[in-house]
Amino acid sequence: MTAAPLLEVEHLQLYFPIRRGVIVDRTIGHVHAVDDVSLSLGEGETLGIVGESGCGKTTLSRAIVRLLEPTGGAIRFRGREITRAGRRELAPVRRELQMVFQDPQASLNPRKRVGQIVGAPLVLHGVKGAAVERRVRELLGRVGLNPEHVNRFPHEFSGGQRQRIGIARALAVEPKLMMLDEPVSALDVSIQAQVINLLDDLQDEFGLAYVFVAHDLSVVRHVSDRIAVMYLGKIVESSPAEELYTKPIHPYTVGLLGAIPIPDPRQNRARRRLVVAGEPPNPIEPPSGCRFRTRCPRATDVCAAVEPQLTEYAGGHVAACHHPLNVTDAEIAAARRSPLSPLSSGDQLPQPHASLPGGDAAEVAAEG
Amino acid sequence: MTPAMSDAERLLDVDDLRVSFRTEEGVVHAVDGVSFHVDRGEVLAIVGESGSGKTVTGMSLMGLNRSPNATFRGRATLKGRELLSASDAELRRVRGGEIAMIFQDPMTALNPVQRIGDQIVEQIRAHEPLSKAQALDRSVELMERVGVPRAAERLRSYPHEFSGGMRQRVMIAMALSCSPELLIADEPTTALDVTIQAQILRELDQLRRETQAGVILVTHDLGVVAEIADRIAVMYGGRIVEQGTLDELFYDPQHPYTWGLLGSITRVDRDRPGRLPAIAGLPPSLLAPPSGCHFRPRCPHEFDKCVQRPELEVRDPAQPDHCDRCWLAVEDKRRLRVVDGEIGLAAKQGKVVA
Ligand SMILES: Nc1ncnc2c1ncn2[C@@H]1O[C@H](COP(=O)(O)OP(=O)(O)OP(=O)(O)O)[C@@H](O)[C@H]1O
Ligand SMILES: Nc1ncnc2c1ncn2[C@@H]1O[C@H](COP(=O)(O)OP(=O)(O)O)[C@@H](O)[C@H]1O
Ligand code: SF4
Ligand code: SF4
Ligand SMILES: [Mg+2]
Ligand SMILES: [Mg+2]
Repeated sequence: MTAAPLLEVEHLQLYFPIRRGVIVDRTIGHVHAVDDVSLSLGEGETLGIVGESGCGKTTLSRAIVRLLEPTGGAIRFRGREITRAGRRELAPVRRELQMVFQDPQASLNPRKRVGQIVGAPLVLHGVKGAAVERRVRELLGRVGLNPEHVNRFPHEFSGGQRQRIGIARALAVEPKLMMLDEPVSALDVSIQAQVINLLDDLQDEFGLAYVFVAHDLSVVRHVSDRIAVMYLGKIVESSPAEELYTKPIHPYTVGLLGAIPIPDPRQNRARRRLVVAGEPPNPIEPPSGCRFRTRCPRATDVCAAVEPQLTEYAGGHVAACHHPLNVTDAEIAAARRSPLSPLSSGDQLPQPHASLPGGDAAEVAAEG
Repeated sequence: MTPAMSDAERLLDVDDLRVSFRTEEGVVHAVDGVSFHVDRGEVLAIVGESGSGKTVTGMSLMGLNRSPNATFRGRATLKGRELLSASDAELRRVRGGEIAMIFQDPMTALNPVQRIGDQIVEQIRAHEPLSKAQALDRSVELMERVGVPRAAERLRSYPHEFSGGMRQRVMIAMALSCSPELLIADEPTTALDVTIQAQILRELDQLRRETQAGVILVTHDLGVVAEIADRIAVMYGGRIVEQGTLDELFYDPQHPYTWGLLGSITRVDRDRPGRLPAIAGLPPSLLAPPSGCHFRPRCPHEFDKCVQRPELEVRDPAQPDHCDRCWLAVEDKRRLRVVDGEIGLAAKQGKVVA
């Protein structure tokens, strides 16, 4: 960890306008895809971002690499503000900040040979002639592909191999930070493990930082130093990686963990768990107060009235919930408001457990 | 292979199913001698990586992949009726009645320009002499049963107005509408979020308990399997390489590929390993599969006998339901599958290019 973080995101918002109208285009509302998200990441670190489909993970990653224009907030890369940077200002940053896309099939041009795909960013950054091919072969070898395959087309590779091509392309310009949007979600388990191990090795070798986006908590655990859980455009909990699994505080995190089927029949039979009912609400008109309240078994009146702040507990574990799980009243009393809290959130500490009818937190966490 | 079962219990018997497709590049042996059975009220999970032949197996039972370039061999009998040799007309009756299928992407199975309600009503009336109003009532009942809130109102929606989870519920409701005895669910939750997946798996589980339908659940997720399956068939390269009860497969797995699958899952309930155990290499080409055991190029335990094709056989008389396709002796398997104290696949010597 260095003095100035590699990446800082402050109160970032990205709204998509919803347009309707035949003759005159009117904006009739906005999708609150990313709504006041703050995070920071040090050199060589990995931040995992987890959440259900549509919660804004891809939008957040694309906004950070400036493929989308943020509606509000700030993005700083190595202390330098890039939120509104123009093309020319952005050029040197683009090189250090690469993205690997969700769908390896769709992100590779089917008419280009692998050599051209991986070599393109090199050419763009001024590498010429035989040096390009030499470097491409080296990169293919590095990601575990046969360097002899430079002249093949993407469709001649399997899904896992195509994801390696995407990684080689991102690596070509020696980035400092790679945004990985669901890099293994489309792959089979045995191949997932291969790609995750590769990412691990590359991080050690090149000191890369990763933002690793995934839709479930089992994959990010193996790669992340820190994990942030998103729900409907907001970060609801963030903590050092292991602690999220041993001490989840937000009811949504507890529900996500409980929903993952454990590949062990005996443990599955013995397990009692919190089931998150229903579906995520419409991001055009998100619920007032806490956005999770429509599905939360612990919701009370305050949850509808006040948006919970991100409360920082010991060890840098933050969660946005009025009725947190797995923390004692003493821990609540010792907690404070995190500076990452959304600007629109209230400023009260979570309520002591006695305020919740039915009482004990751990009991509810284990409910089946 | 399996203990005698009264006819009342046995629903489906598949014996040596072989499916191949002629393509420009050659003949693809997508399914290469698959045998299994399904009893009433039980869930048989077919597990395997993409391309291993799971979907082709399911589609062949339904006759949905009959085409001039396809060849089918073997037998598949549903309550005594042969399916592979049945005429298209006969199969169409079976499809809406005794067998129903749910797909990974419900969007492909629903008509995008027709209201959900009309689609269910049509499906019901194709098999039962009900009036439109009666069928509509039935639709509401079915949708409520699979957990669609405000069902009556939502019957007026079009498929794109539904989320993935709700569409999958509609598919289950439609499958239920004809009270099928066999339900084939092909990756029904793969495209869904974990919280929605948990909900759908509950529906499926409840449904087979209530209706005593047999279920073939196709999936690549061993977690899902552990949740609802009674028995498992593991497919690799067009063949079932191991088959047994849930506990046999998880706690006494006999095939090296099964060990690799079990070892490479990311788990939230255990300490995280420094490195994820992976199975090096790639699945075999079904155009030119390796001779003998299909897993040979990736298997660290390969020996001289493996160039011969191993049959799916019971290896331990104490487990008459448990069979596998591997030449290793049972004692050797139980020793070799332990890697760092857990079940897993040892690393293969020499480099395997991915
Ligand atoms: N171009 C767009 N116009 C309007 N809405 C959009 C657009 N792109 C995304 N959205 C909406 O923004 C929200 C967040 O989408 P995003 O793709 O970031 O989700 P995600 O978390 O990556 O989901 P998934 O796991 O399905 O990839 C969703 O409600 C989505 O429908
Ligand atoms: N109609 C077809 N023509 C040619 N090959 C096919 C056809 N259908 C499936 N295959 C091939 O059969 C193999 C098994 O496919 P499938 O059963 O869909 O795999 P899974 O469901 O296990 O992912 C694959 O190699 C696939 O490409
Ligand atoms: S703030 Fe209230 S509704 Fe939101 S997660 Fe906490 S208890 Fe549930
Ligand atoms: S038959 Fe041979 S190659 Fe195949 S799984 Fe067994 S030991 Fe490995
Ligand atoms: Mg996404
Ligand atoms: Mg399939």
